[in-house]
Amino acid sequence: MAPSILSLKGLSKQFPGVKALDDVSFDLSAGSVTALIGENGAGKSTIVKILTGIYTPDAGTISLSGTQRHFSTPRDAWNAGIAAIHQETVMFDELSVAENVFMGHMPTKSAGVAKLVDWPRIKERTQSLLTRIEADFDATTPLKRLSVAQKHMVEVARALSHDARVVIMDEPTAALSRHEIDELFELVETLKGEGRAILFISHKFDEIFRLSDRWVCLRDGKKVGEGATGEVSEPDLVKLMVGRPIDQVFPKRDIPLGETVLTVKGLSNATEFDDISFSLKKGEILGFYGLVGAGRSEAMQCLFGLTKPERGTIDVNGERLVLKAPSDAIAAGLAYVPEDRQHEGAALPLSIRENTTLASLTEHVRGVFLSRQSERAATRSLGERLDVRAASWETAVEDLSGGNQQKVVIAKWLATKPKIIILDEPTKGIDVGSKAAVHDFIGELAEDGLAVILITSELPEAMGLSDRIIVMHEGRIVDAFDRGSWTPEAIVASATGAEAAQRHKVSAP
Amino acid sequence: MTWLLRHREAALAILIALMVTGVSLYAPAFAAPSSLLGVLNDTAFLFMLVLGQTMVILTRGIDLSVAANLALTGMLVALIGQYGPELPGLLYVAFGIIIGAGLGMLIGLLVGGLGIPPIVVTLGALAIYRGLIVVIGGGDQVNASEMGQSFQAFPKISFLGLTSPVWIAIVVSLATWVFLTRSRTGRGLYAVGGNPVAARYCGISLSRAQVLVYTLSGAIAGLCGYLWVARFGVAYSEIALGYELTVIAACVIGGVSIGGGVGTVAGALLGALFLGVVVNALPTMQVSPFWQMAIAGAVILGAVVLNARAEARPKKLILRNARLSASKGSA
Amino acid sequence: MESVSKAAARAPITDRLPRKLSDILLSWEAILLALLVAVFVANALATPWFLDIYNLADATYNFSEKAIIALPMALLILVREIDLSVGAIVALSALGVGLAASAGLGAPLLIIVGIAVGVLCGMFNGLLVTSIGVPSIVITIGTMSLFRGIAQVSLGDQAITSFPEDFTALGQSYLIAWPPIPLSFTLFLIFSVLFVLFLHKTATGRTLYAIGANPVAAQFSGIPVARIRFWLFTLSGTLSGLAGVLLVSRFGVVRPNAALGWELDVITMVIFGGVAIAGGSGTIPGVVLAAFVLGFATFGLSLLNVPGIVITVLLGLLLITSIAMPIVLKRLLSRGGSSR
Repeated sequence: MAPSILSLKGLSKQFPGVKALDDVSFDLSAGSVTALIGENGAGKSTIVKILTGIYTPDAGTISLSGTQRHFSTPRDAWNAGIAAIHQETVMFDELSVAENVFMGHMPTKSAGVAKLVDWPRIKERTQSLLTRIEADFDATTPLKRLSVAQKHMVEVARALSHDARVVIMDEPTAALSRHEIDELFELVETLKGEGRAILFISHKFDEIFRLSDRWVCLRDGKKVGEGATGEVSEPDLVKLMVGRPIDQVFPKRDIPLGETVLTVKGLSNATEFDDISFSLKKGEILGFYGLVGAGRSEAMQCLFGLTKPERGTIDVNGERLVLKAPSDAIAAGLAYVPEDRQHEGAALPLSIRENTTLASLTEHVRGVFLSRQSERAATRSLGERLDVRAASWETAVEDLSGGNQQKVVIAKWLATKPKIIILDEPTKGIDVGSKAAVHDFIGELAEDGLAVILITSELPEAMGLSDRIIVMHEGRIVDAFDRGSWTPEAIVASATGAEAAQRHKVSAP
Repeated sequence: MTWLLRHREAALAILIALMVTGVSLYAPAFAAPSSLLGVLNDTAFLFMLVLGQTMVILTRGIDLSVAANLALTGMLVALIGQYGPELPGLLYVAFGIIIGAGLGMLIGLLVGGLGIPPIVVTLGALAIYRGLIVVIGGGDQVNASEMGQSFQAFPKISFLGLTSPVWIAIVVSLATWVFLTRSRTGRGLYAVGGNPVAARYCGISLSRAQVLVYTLSGAIAGLCGYLWVARFGVAYSEIALGYELTVIAACVIGGVSIGGGVGTVAGALLGALFLGVVVNALPTMQVSPFWQMAIAGAVILGAVVLNARAEARPKKLILRNARLSASKGSA
Repeated sequence: MESVSKAAARAPITDRLPRKLSDILLSWEAILLALLVAVFVANALATPWFLDIYNLADATYNFSEKAIIALPMALLILVREIDLSVGAIVALSALGVGLAASAGLGAPLLIIVGIAVGVLCGMFNGLLVTSIGVPSIVITIGTMSLFRGIAQVSLGDQAITSFPEDFTALGQSYLIAWPPIPLSFTLFLIFSVLFVLFLHKTATGRTLYAIGANPVAAQFSGIPVARIRFWLFTLSGTLSGLAGVLLVSRFGVVRPNAALGWELDVITMVIFGGVAIAGGSGTIPGVVLAAFVLGFATFGLSLLNVPGIVITVLLGLLLITSIAMPIVLKRLLSRGGSSR
């Protein structure tokens, strides 16, 4: 094994009420990729925050090349040669690429008494970094003009700008297309070749197996295993992460389809999606598959009245729907569970009760005033049905775990007694254990007679749950598959825009 | 049009030039060099104050206390002038800067150290500083006759038709420009305002930036406090009453975004110049000075509307061959 | 959900939070109530005639109009907005009343004109804020200048001083002889009750908290966020207009600098009342109590011949300490508790 660059020994970190890390030790070695795996809340992000100087550990040591280090600020960690590429691109939209790369460590030259920022040098160095990682944009471009993938490149350039010996990649592929992921992985190989140590955090097993040399698994703040990636199987890792075996098979329920409840024809807007047409039956689960950014969410948000279409019609139960606002969609029996729980789903400081009844408040009005009695009853029944875990129904949603927050958001939508429910990436960022529960629940919804639209970027999920799959690419529907007629290859080929010769076409709905 | 909306400094400069031309056609006296220099002399304080406010707003803050700080520092320096020995003018400038910086730093510590929202702290400080003027001055005003010779002479020193406050404003502008464009700390202000979380990961501390900007804003307010009191020959509790809103208005006109992280020295100065030209043009055009406030209000709203159009978030471009031209044309 | 042992192993989820007596006693409203009692006791001890009922009635004159505006301001701050133009709206509606009086209109029409000016100003604010999408602090700085500027242009350095007697009588006499309660205070009490019922008991009131906590999620939940914002600005304008009417009827004079700086006093009341400037939390009882504390404290100090400007200093200190104290205490407590 290559020499260890970074060595963590006995790291512990206590937060009020929870032991985030408990005596965790592992090593990162030069020229190797170590995957850090574990469910949400297992302690992965605490490790990242300790390594980047955001948190200081309560106990334990960090050694770099044999020397013990103490990071009390992010700058300490940076100076020591640890760079992180973060989950969400944490950068400055209004500033240029060059400035984003060198923010916090801009080279200066002295001019009399003052030390002034050396712009020519910054631009030149950024440009050469961009060339090195084969980025196709200029150092002076404002960051806001770049795509998500390009912003990732900027993060990578930033990590390289300092000749970081340890590079942490925290779910770097979450928002990337397959092609962009490939490019990123090539880059990782390059970094590896240069002898850097890489800590790779991901929920996606295919990436872990493709990229990493070693793995370290955390559960509830403790290290529960580590080893060489070549000597382990996916079920083994899942078992380690969750602490119990997980049934990865999707039990597709056999639900008779009812009458058509939703017909969308030619829904279009100028820049985001074009000619979206499909229909949906009672009890049906219709998968919308595509790359992140294929326009699926945008089309659904339009269907829900959040944005206005330029053309197209929507019929619910045979009646033409004119949407001025989401409230019209809700009244027609639609519900949309957004992808971004924290920003679009839950009002975090409010209680479970207040969140649950938010979209159906008028049902709890008695006379002029709200009836708390009625709200409590509804919250209790939905909360119990969804198995929300909390001390009280008055607990603020921000105090719940991610999975429970998602349950509250779903409860809010079920409270509107929808006939059609749109689930936008319902399992994104949810740990393996809760995923199965959500999958089970989606089947239950269909069984109860709801029509379900499932937007997902995870192919097994789409194939496991859907009756039909519609594939979108660059804002258009490019293909539709009936259950049984699809192959993973065909779906992926459509989603990536490849002109697959052997595509099994079904008649357009 | 699109270009002008994108380059708001240029647009603003052109607008000001058009306005000056228009007023000059109506009242030729306005175009006289002495009159134009007079505009600069009159706007010197606003030039300086917008720079301090710009730095504060860059960090997503707001400083409602600048005018109160100006008045309090003005009173304190006036008392030094009244009871102290005759000192060189520059020393009063230094007193103003130091006292103002101290008053600003108190705010910075409350905002940066304790994390109290800036609007709350500066609102409270505004009341306290205004009140302290009366408490310290015993309710009396300090008049010109009590201030001393060199005290009053300094702001009236003139060079090339421009008084010393304008020259000081030029120096402050250049210093701020270098600071904001060429220093690590200055660029850091854009970082903390643009994305505080990311700034932290880059090792830039929001609280330290906050302490700094309120101190700088205070220092500038204090500097203006001395110059103002000495120039107008009187110090009392209601000096520059409500002026903080004019300062913020100039920043808004100049394109400094209240949301933080966006704004330039040139923009802020042009915003101040715009208001300065309006204020000075009204009497020349024999318009009642009472129009000044209404016009300022209308201009702020106009600037805001234009700004919003320039910054309107374009829809995502997902469709290949999307009608780019259409979306461009409407911008 | 299936493989985990069901509810049996877990404690039942309760309908109410386990609330301790100390939580209630340390609530902001309770602290304000204690402060109010302290203000009364201190004033009564310092000046025996403070508790005289006519004195107390007079005290309410000084804060009722601002307190009436504080109610809609609380709702605006709750939904992450702010209205800096309220003082200017008071001045403009006072001007409207003055001009109408000069035109010979009677008392009922004067009231209508004053309130109508407020409604229009509020709608103008609401329209700009909802259609432009710029922070309302910027918009209302602009409209503040505009509204007060219009008042200045119309009046110059003049003042309007002649009003029908029945109109000025409204603001200068008590609503009923005993107990001597001024009209403005009565209106404040009535509005307080209405606002409590609206914010804390109705469906729309609930949505205000949701908007303040997360405007995007609120919109996704079908709440007409823009429409609500528009009406809140209109409400703020309307009650500012009413305050303008009350102000004119009390003093019998209209000047362009009427209610100068009121916006800051009103916002102080709201923040001191426990409404978070970041939105999403706060109560009407808190704001009402804050109005009482500030109003009676000011009055008591002025009875002691403390100059108004000194009172301003004290109120500024009170505002900052009231926000800083909980933060400082929390830090001290957490430092004792854990290392973080």
